[in-house]
Amino acid sequence: MLSRRLIPCLDVRDGKVVKGVRFRDHVVMGAIEELAARYRDEGADELVFYDITASPEGRTVDRAWVERVARILDIPFCVAGGIRSVEDARVILHAGADKISINSPALRRPALIGELAEAFGSQCVVVGIDSLRDADGQWRVRRDTGDAAATQALPLRTLDWIVQAQRLGVGEIVLNCMGSDGVRGGYDIEQLRAARAICAVPLIASGGAGNARHFIDVFAQADVDGALAASVFHDGSLRMGDLKRALRERRIEVRDAA
Amino acid sequence: MKVVLVDAGGANLGSVRYALQRLGVEAPLAADGDAIRRADRVILPGVGAAAAAMARLRELDLVDVLRTLDRPLLGICLGMQLLFAHSEEGDVACLGRLQGRVRKMRPTPGIRIPHMGWNRLHRHGENSKWLDGIAEGAQAYFVHGYAAGVGVATVATCVHGEAFAAVVASGDVVGAQFHPERSGGVGQRLLANFLGIA
Repeated sequence: MLSRRLIPCLDVRDGKVVKGVRFRDHVVMGAIEELAARYRDEGADELVFYDITASPEGRTVDRAWVERVARILDIPFCVAGGIRSVEDARVILHAGADKISINSPALRRPALIGELAEAFGSQCVVVGIDSLRDADGQWRVRRDTGDAAATQALPLRTLDWIVQAQRLGVGEIVLNCMGSDGVRGGYDIEQLRAARAICAVPLIASGGAGNARHFIDVFAQADVDGALAASVFHDGSLRMGDLKRALRERRIEVRDAA
Repeated sequence: MKVVLVDAGGANLGSVRYALQRLGVEAPLAADGDAIRRADRVILPGVGAAAAAMARLRELDLVDVLRTLDRPLLGICLGMQLLFAHSEEGDVACLGRLQGRVRKMRPTPGIRIPHMGWNRLHRHGENSKWLDGIAEGAQAYFVHGYAAGVGVATVATCVHGEAFAAVVASGDVVGAQFHPERSGGVGQRLLANFLGIA
């Protein structure tokens, strides 16, 4: 049986892992390789690295650290940040990343999803979506969230974007629920359930994890394939081994911790 | 021992090379027939689409080399699928080292395609030396949307909706549908078994 994936997310800025609250006020958590090795050893199932300022600054991810991470990791990892073309993606994948995740550039030019799927296969192509509920009750996407000053609210409904991305050949969706991000009150089950209902490819929950109960709830109630979290792992308040034991007690299939 | 990685254009070449380095083995890329024939072990990694990979192998004149190779040959992910006679992905004839066909996996309720994540390996048929040290139910990392059915060469299966071939072996021809380079200790053991350094 396929395991539910637990995915520490490492936001990268200036070669360091950082963490913000509601996408702002970032503090340095440590060196990239140090944290990558720690999560590998603790039994993480996969890692995601977001170069959070690449897109707003109009540049792509730095290939050098991708290669260093690829050398030490024996679990899969995904890289995101300013990937705007098949050539940008090729550099990252050839440096050793298993998947690339695109967000703002895909919103600017949705055809990019199809181009990447054709060049590397759908299984390499992840679309990250930053989503927030508007005053009218609709979830809509945000663009360039790595820089609070540059962030834009788009008229595009989150659920419509998920449908469109699948039509274009996406292999996985990461739904960042910005309303719950960084405040540890639990995943946005309602929004994730709505996304799950229309998402036939793997769906990863992001934003809001504060304790083991939140992971149990998001797997049991929103049927997501994986759950991504940052601060709850970074500060050591939730250990991978303990989390996996808690999930297994609830009969949620997970990979054996290392 | 000389180990080479066949450069079929797959995006996971680097990760496989690093995994071998972690085992203390330096494996250069090889894109010409002589280098491949001279190696003691040949690894065919692959990420991408079957038709594109076969086209690249034809371009490099490697199809016959790999069809007639008399050295241990390990196909990984798409590389394993290329060992079969045919793939539905692009409706393309493959290397034919193993009997059988590769088909698109079907999504059913609760079964998402691509099959992406950690899943369990189940021993199938007689014990295979390639699986030494890998326990029944051990978990490995998969990422694929096409798969070969369980057949005569299957030595381990995996279930995602239906059972499919997770590890295949026929003589010196071995294939892993999962990614040993990204499957922690389980993957490392499979690579070590293939290299005979376990």
